[in-house]
Amino acid sequence: MPSIRQLRRRIRGVQNTRQITRAMELVASSRLRRAQERVLASRPYAERIRQVINNLAAVSGAQELHPLLQVRPVSHAALILFTTSRGLCGSLNANMVRSVVRFILDRGVSVDIIAVGTKGPALLRSVGLSGSVSAEYRDLGNYPNLADILPISRSTIDGFADAAYDEVYVGFSQFVNLMRQEPTLTRILPITPDELDTSAVRAFQQVDYIYEPDSDAVLSTLLPRFIEAQIYRALLESIASEHSARMIAMRNATENAEEILGDLTLTYNKVRQTAITNEVIEIATAAKAIAGV
Amino acid sequence: MATQSATRSLSLEIITAERIVLSEEMVTSVRVPSAEGVVGILPRHAPLMTTLAPGELIMRRGEDEESFFVTGGYLEVRNNHIAVLADASERAEEIDITRAEEARNRAEAALKEKRDGAELAAAEAAMRRALIRLRLAQQARRRRGSSRA
Repeated sequence: MPSIRQLRRRIRGVQNTRQITRAMELVASSRLRRAQERVLASRPYAERIRQVINNLAAVSGAQELHPLLQVRPVSHAALILFTTSRGLCGSLNANMVRSVVRFILDRGVSVDIIAVGTKGPALLRSVGLSGSVSAEYRDLGNYPNLADILPISRSTIDGFADAAYDEVYVGFSQFVNLMRQEPTLTRILPITPDELDTSAVRAFQQVDYIYEPDSDAVLSTLLPRFIEAQIYRALLESIASEHSARMIAMRNATENAEEILGDLTLTYNKVRQTAITNEVIEIATAAKAIAGV
Repeated sequence: MATQSATRSLSLEIITAERIVLSEEMVTSVRVPSAEGVVGILPRHAPLMTTLAPGELIMRRGEDEESFFVTGGYLEVRNNHIAVLADASERAEEIDITRAEEARNRAEAALKEKRDGAELAAAEAAMRRALIRLRLAQQARRRRGSSRA
């Protein structure tokens, strides 16, 4: 049986922990709200660009020659991997890295990892894949701008154009809802226009556009921006995922602390009561002994 | 008639990767800095796709005029709807003058170092953006001052 003093100390410790985890939950939830807004705000841009690229690529075959649309046999791929730089966010990073490892093994080509956030490289090192990390970018903070990802997009676009990579992927935790973050791997290069939406393309072909300077120039401006928009979206999604995962992890931690606190308080009261009972018995026995004499 | 009034005005959207800067109906005319020079767009303009240069976009609604800063990007006109997909854009009143000045000073320093082609071009582009931002911000400030007087 632990002593009263030990119990009191543990109760105080757990109370402090609960206070911290509760505060972290609140911080995460307010950051999550802003992160979610930013994810939503970034969608219209990417969707519009996607539409226009689809339309333009369908209209003239000449654009197949554009370097960013070229499909080549793959011997070397790059993966831009978004993980967090802080812990205490449940299994978020572990899940992400697990699906990256599976991807590397399945793909069967050499994959260069361009890492944003420090947890990814650390976990890859622990499974012996640290050699594949070719670049590490520092954490971009909770509220990054588009400008923050431009160095990443520029270097991957150049790498693809120079045939250093034949494919480029982004890996990020997609924010599905508060309870679910899905590790996602999407190919962003080469850009392949989806040919599903034929009715939209047909409607587009009926409009007689004026292009200035010409349709190739318009496409050349849009393609790199589409890459940027996708990388940016991946970053925003992973930030939203991080905060939601941390919020849930901290909520669970707070609940656990409460449970432990309940158990400890119960034990504490029992120990205290036993001590009092013992004392009373002692006094009573002593009194009886004196009276008996 | 509703359809008639609709064809006599434009709708304008300015979208960046970060947010929707503007979404406006009943616009009378728009002036945009395309890569080929300034383009004026009135209702019933022919369908157009073009690239943008950094500069000032002016939206007019009747007598009112509003000024926006846009950097490069893309512009599409179709069915009296103008969509601007810009790298960055803000209302002239929203421009952060101190930030623009800092950017100008940074660009100046970079230009003095005279590095190789790509960096030089980037510094020049940054310089151009900073100067346009400053000019628009000062215009906006003057306009506000005169309307108050």
